[in-house]
Order: sequence, then structure tokens, then C-alpha cells
Amino acid sequence: MISRTMGMAWAAPGAALAAALALSACSNGGGNASRDQIRAVGSSTVYPFTTAVTEQFARRQTQFKAPIVESTGTGAGMKLFCAGVGARFPDIENASRAIKKSEMDDCTKNGVRDIVEIQIGIDGIVMAESLRGEAMRLTPADVYRALAADPYGKPQTAKLWRDVNPALPAIPIVVYGPPPTSGTRDAFAELILQKGCDANPAMDALKKADAKRHTAICTKVREDGAYVESGENDNLIVQKLSANPDAVGVFGYSFLEENADRVRGIPMNGIVPTYETIADYSYPGSRPLYIYVKGQHLNVVPGLRELVAEYANDWGRGGYLARRGLIVAPADVSERNRQIALNFTPLDPATVK
Amino acid sequence: MSTIAPVMQPTPKPQQARVPTDWTTTSMQGRIRRRYRAERRFRLLGAGAVLLSTAFLIFLLVSMLGQGLRGFTQTELRLPMDFPAARLALDQAALAGPNARAALAAVDLEAATAQAADRAYGAGAYRLLSDGAWLSVRSAIQADPHILTRRIDIWVPTSTAIDLAAKGDADADAEAGYRLLDARKAVRTSFSTAFLTGSDSTDPTLVGIWGALKGSLLTMFVTLVLAFPVGVLSALYLEEYAARNRWTDLIEVSINNLAAVPSIIFGLLGLAVFLNFLDFPRSAPIVGGLTLALMTMPVIVIAGRNAIKSVPPSIRDAALGIGASKVQVVFHHVLPLALPGILTGTIIGMARALGETAPLLMIGMRAFIASPPGGLADPATVLPVQIFLWSDEVSRGFVEKTSAAIIVLLVFLLAMNGIAIYLRNRFERRW
Repeated sequence: MISRTMGMAWAAPGAALAAALALSACSNGGGNASRDQIRAVGSSTVYPFTTAVTEQFARRQTQFKAPIVESTGTGAGMKLFCAGVGARFPDIENASRAIKKSEMDDCTKNGVRDIVEIQIGIDGIVMAESLRGEAMRLTPADVYRALAADPYGKPQTAKLWRDVNPALPAIPIVVYGPPPTSGTRDAFAELILQKGCDANPAMDALKKADAKRHTAICTKVREDGAYVESGENDNLIVQKLSANPDAVGVFGYSFLEENADRVRGIPMNGIVPTYETIADYSYPGSRPLYIYVKGQHLNVVPGLRELVAEYANDWGRGGYLARRGLIVAPADVSERNRQIALNFTPLDPATVK
Repeated sequence: MSTIAPVMQPTPKPQQARVPTDWTTTSMQGRIRRRYRAERRFRLLGAGAVLLSTAFLIFLLVSMLGQGLRGFTQTELRLPMDFPAARLALDQAALAGPNARAALAAVDLEAATAQAADRAYGAGAYRLLSDGAWLSVRSAIQADPHILTRRIDIWVPTSTAIDLAAKGDADADAEAGYRLLDARKAVRTSFSTAFLTGSDSTDPTLVGIWGALKGSLLTMFVTLVLAFPVGVLSALYLEEYAARNRWTDLIEVSINNLAAVPSIIFGLLGLAVFLNFLDFPRSAPIVGGLTLALMTMPVIVIAGRNAIKSVPPSIRDAALGIGASKVQVVFHHVLPLALPGILTGTIIGMARALGETAPLLMIGMRAFIASPPGGLADPATVLPVQIFLWSDEVSRGFVEKTSAAIIVLLVFLLAMNGIAIYLRNRFERRW
């Protein structure tokens, strides 16, 4: 009796352990040499578009394995992308902003060359409120004065929107938005806060005198609870808005479109965020979206060329990317990037700012 | 003490007859009532606590089942495909041959499917179909190439809007469209195995849970085969062999602390050691399993030591007394008797590992992966991470799929616990 139970207890795990060790040994050897699956990392904003393209690619071109897309945020993705060349490092970086000079230097230092920059379309960063909300109208300067840590270098005292601008309703300032690791936050700071900040002539003068201090004053967001960091989960922000009609949310245009029965976009400078106003950049929160492809991997990772071609084929009007909320770039930009995608023209590192 | 107190001599007291307690006085009655009240209060509090926790459980289950069960169903549209009229450049001979996949890939089935929908239900009707409707047509052709010679009705998945309308949760346009189709008997909503057999997708009508479930199974497998033997052997050694000294005390304290370390730390450890130092593949179940094994092992050691401690010493003494060796005592007597307790500890650790997300995010098991993992080194994701990813999706159709995935996770957990309880009862011995 006792020896039987003992046998049952030990035989199975023992055999399994041996099997697992054998498997891990061979997987370790295989993992280093090469890779037959494309890997993409980066922005959570570009993630839904890249996943849609990879999925379609895997269905249409059954000879390739389905690519893997990981949503890490633009900054963290750039770090992985620029870390080196080889099977361990990703092939594609999704970015909700252009590559920075410091990131390009990092790439060059680690031997990553021939990076191809492709603009896939446009995204809009919108501010929205519940349909039951006060129908606010804002300007970048209002938003800056309400959300900056030290507006124009003075301490932040505003509690109500009315404190910022007498024309606005007397409701408390509660804004749900992305955390600093997000590309959406970078773009929000650059497109809305920076613009509102530079509306003040004194700030423009400071920019020339002390650029570092200018950036700090213009993009640092208050941390006293009026701006609530809501993770990378934009659905959560939409839920919070429908629960609290006084709150304002910051997220990508595709979420506004998908939840049009619950939230509405707040006009900025009198311009309502719509497909058209974002596509022609008249809405202040418009930004281009990019993918970066590692040129050195083109002939090593099977399917990379075909995947990028698939992307270029599908970003037009009426394509499935547009149906998922991607805003199509103007025809000339779109065509220029299609040429880049088909010929893999590398980005000149000298032009990166 | 400088002074010694004089010893008091007890003065003998006259013996008194003990007066029986008078239960009828008001003060006594009041005391009795207070005692009963305290008793009742305690019982009520206890019952209230049980009721509250049951209410939470019922709320969780009802809201999950209410939303999630719909996630297992799928609305389909009847699509009349007229293959001869569509003039596809396909013949049965090519499909029977070895290049069947290439032959199928060369044909634009997407366009053919969209045209068929437009012909059957009016211009623009292709929007009623899921983006992956043509995949159903493709698999129908693969299953039976003879359908290429005739007209046939194929059930294909509908778009998310129609699917939500069928389940009564959509805007007015989609509702109207759905009623029109329903009147023509062209739609059906039924239980679909696609959700249980498919993998991640960007379209809620095409997603499946199998990829994440298989990832979880592989990860748990690695965790179990590493953490269980190592944990049990450590517990046995520490209890039965190790000398009691400062070193074993130090080890005991370290293990107890390790069990309380937040899981994200193990994720960082996994990232630094397995990915950056040992060069293991990113997002692979083997790395996830290794990381979770580090987290589970201390729990097994602690539970195992307690179980081994509770085996009566008389059993060891009796075995040693009739000449058994130390190893024989441990493996023939102590371990089988301690096994139920060890299994309980193992299952608590495994259940925690199954629900863990934070350390797996660090090692890249949060990627979009459209095919189930083929082995321990293939990129994979696990059930809780999949739930997390779907909750962040733009499309409204993912809400019910997220709940459905939660149901699958709960069923998996219950099955795991069920096996553990069965094993425990089988080996349990009372004395």
C-alpha cells in the first residue's frame, strides 16, 4: 500500500521533469540562432492597427508564421528596438511619435542601422466628456492653465474650470488621462499643453533663454489629484466619464468614435474633433503615427517585407484600418510613405531631431 | 529582600453550609439574559459574515455568468455561395494535390464572399459580415472541394454590430438591420466551439481562448515539475535531516520572507536572469514557468514542513525500532502520511501562480499572438493576461468575450482544485 502511493507520488513528476529539461535545452539552442516569426513592440495606440495587419497577413499568406505584437508603450519599445541586431531584438517598433535624437543615437551605438520610418496615418488626441456633461469648449491655453504643475512659472491654484477662464462652468477640474510612460501623454504634452503654454509671450522668450526650464514649465502636469493617471486602459477612462458627468478624459480618437453613444469630444479652439478636422490637422490634437522597421532584419526574418507591403496596401480610405479608427494621411504623404514601404528607403539619422 | 514578612497563620473559619444559588432574583435573571444576548449576538455576527462573503461570491458569479455566457455564442449569417457563377480560378484537382494551400491562397476569396453577400442581401451587405467571414468559406472548400461545382449555403460569422444586436445590446441601426435579417430567417445565434478552439484576434467575432489556455497549461506544467519536487525535497531535508543551528534558522526565515515577496519582484528577477543573462526566448512559457516556480516554491516548502511536522513521532520511532533506515522511514511512512497536507499547499501555490499577471508582463507574455503555442519555447500568453489584454480592446464586442474568458479561468481553477481535493481524500489517513 505504502510503496504504491509513493510510486504514484514520484514517478509522474520525475518523468515530467526530465521531459521539461530536455525541452528547455533544445529550445534554448533554437532560440538564439534565428527566428521565423516577426516581432513588433511599442505604442499602445498603434497596437490595434499593427495587430489587425499582422492578423490579416497571417491569414492571407499562410506560408509565414503569425507575427507577435507586444504593447509596451513607445518609449519602452524604442529601448528594446534599439538594443541591438539579432533574433533577440524586435523587427518593428510601433510609435505614436517620431523617433527622438537620443533614441537614434542609442540605436547607432548598438549597431542598429538602416531604420525605415513609415508614417501609417494620423491619430487624434481628443478631450471628451460624458453626453450628460456641461458641453464645455476649451482652448489649449485653458487646458494648460488647468493642468500644469506651475502655470507660467507660478504656483497652481485653480480648483474649478471657472478659475481658469470665467467663461467656463464652475465645476471641479477632474481630468482622466494617460501616465507619463505613454506616447499619448507625450503627444498630449506636445500638442495641447505646449501650445497653450507658448500662447504666453513671456514663455516664448524663456524658450530662447532657458530651453530646459521652458520644457519643465510647459509640460509638467499637476500632481495634486486634479489630473488622474488612468493607466494605458482607455476603456477605463470612458467608463469613468460615463459615471461622472463633470469629468474630462484624454484619449485617442478611435475610442471617441467607438463610444459615441456615451461620450462626446470637447471642441478645442472651437474645432470639434471629427475625422475630417483631424485628417487636415486643423484640430490641434492631431499627430502622425509611425512604424519603424529594422533594415538589417529585412533579409533574415521571413515575411518582414511582405508584412510591410501589406500595411501599405491597407492604410487607404475604406480599408480595414480606417474602419478600426485609423485616420488616413493626406494623399501625397500616403503615397510618399507607400514608396518608402515598398523600397525600404532608410531614414537618414542626420535628419532626426 | 531585606525584611521577611511574618507568615500569616490562616485563622480557622467556622464551616458554613453553602447556600444554593437563587435563580429567581432580578440581578441573577439580568445576568442570565445578558449571557443569552451575547450568545445570540455572536451567532448573528458569524452568520452575517458568512452571508456577506456568500453575497460577494454570488454577485461575482451572477455578473460573470450573465455577461460571459453570451460570449460563448456566435451569431451567424446564411450566405448563399454560387461557386460556378463566381468563376473562381480553382479546380478540384488542384485542391486534391499537394499544393492545395497555395492554390487557395492565390484566389481572392475575400472579394468572392463580399460579392455573394451583396448579391443576397443588397449592396453594402458585406458590412454585415465579420472581417473573417471568408475564412469560413475557405475551410468549407478545404473540407469538401466538391462544393465548388454547385450552389451552397454557408453559415459565416456576422459583424460585431449584428452579433451585439442579436444579443440585444446595440444601437438602433444595428437592431433594425438584425430584425430585417431575422425576418428572412437568415441569421442564427448558437453555441460556438470557435471560442474554445481559436486564438487571439483583433476581431471579437473571431477570437478564441485556446491559445491562452494552452499557454497557461504549458506554464503551469513547467511550474509544477520544478516547484513541487524542489519544494517537497527542501521541506523533507529541513524537517528530517537538517541539524538545528543558526544556518537552518537563517534559511527558514529566508524562505518565509520569500513567500511574502510581491510577485512583480519575481518578474524583474526573471527578466534579469532568464532573459538578459541566460538568453532564453522572450514571451515563452518555459520562462514564465521558471519565474512562477520561484514564486510557488516557498509556499510548498512552508506547507510541506507543517504537514511533515504533524506526522506523529511515534510512527517514526516504531519504524526505526523495527530496523528501518532513515530513508525508508521518510519515504515509506512520513511522506505518504504528509502528502495530503503537501498537496493542499501545492494547490494554493499553483492557484496563485495561475492567476498571476504582474511577473509575466515583465517577461513579455503579454503579446498579441494569433496562433496557439506549439511548445515550451514558443511565444505564448496566459489566461489572466489575455483577460487583461481584452479588457483594453477598443471594440465593444470584447466585453462579453472578456467575461467568457474569466469563466474559462474559473473553470480551470475549479478543475485544478477538484483534482487536488480528490488526491487529498484518497491519501488522507486519520489516527
